[in-house]
Amino acid sequence: MHAFANPARFLSLARPLTLWFGWVGGLLLVGCVVWGAVLGPADYLQGDTVRIMYIHVPAAWLGMAGWSGIAVASAMQLIWKHPLAGVAARACAVPGAVFAALCLATGSIWGRPAWGTWWEWDGRLTSMLVLFFLYLGYIALSAAENDGDGADGRMSALFGLVGAVNLPIIHFSVTWWNTLHQGQSISLMGGSKIDASMLWPLLGAALGASLLFGAIILMRMRAELARTKVEARMRRMAAQ
Amino acid sequence: MTQISYVLLAYGLSVPVLAGLVALSYAAMRKAERAADALGRRD
Repeated sequence: MHAFANPARFLSLARPLTLWFGWVGGLLLVGCVVWGAVLGPADYLQGDTVRIMYIHVPAAWLGMAGWSGIAVASAMQLIWKHPLAGVAARACAVPGAVFAALCLATGSIWGRPAWGTWWEWDGRLTSMLVLFFLYLGYIALSAAENDGDGADGRMSALFGLVGAVNLPIIHFSVTWWNTLHQGQSISLMGGSKIDASMLWPLLGAALGASLLFGAIILMRMRAELARTKVEARMRRMAAQ
Repeated sequence: MTQISYVLLAYGLSVPVLAGLVALSYAAMRKAERAADALGRRD
């Protein structure tokens, strides 16, 4: 990781990766959503509403993955003072918040026909809403820190680490509490309870959305590095 | 509302939001990198 502490070295890798992640991820996401939501079968119990799963599940996964990215990058920033770690953490925030919001919105739309309600204060839904509010807090805090002269982003890094406590709460909420939200359908150890005709397009959509998420983060990191470069030049020019 | 209406509502919301996120991130990156390149050429 320290090999990429040099922004020039990071950019030489980030430029081609942005393109590849963006195109491959975008095409895979669209292809797998069409495969699952348009061509795939309806559920024997939930009917056609199960087709919302191909966007809801990737959005939930990336809403949580975004904060995992913030937490890991924040740890790297605080422990090793990695110069790009703060940039990476800030780049995860807005896309993570958007995916968390999409998870909540599509879940609510799915909940209305499945449960008969748009919203219920159960463990999974509430902890996901808390994650969305944490994102908003992180975005506001890091923006405020960036405005201050000489700020090192330590407060937002600490906030990013502390906020990670919510991730296991979201994950285990369906196990710890008797919730309206269904239990875990896919696990690394226990296999899948989903039929293969729905599982493969779902996994493909999740992989595509993840690659697209990676491309968005790289774009936002490149934008911040370029802005920092311009600001440094302007300061040097003003000092001359 | 029929079941398909809920599906269309979910995708009708998600697709423009995701497309907007990608487009805005790309536009911000291009704008910032162009400004940095232009300043670099002046030096």
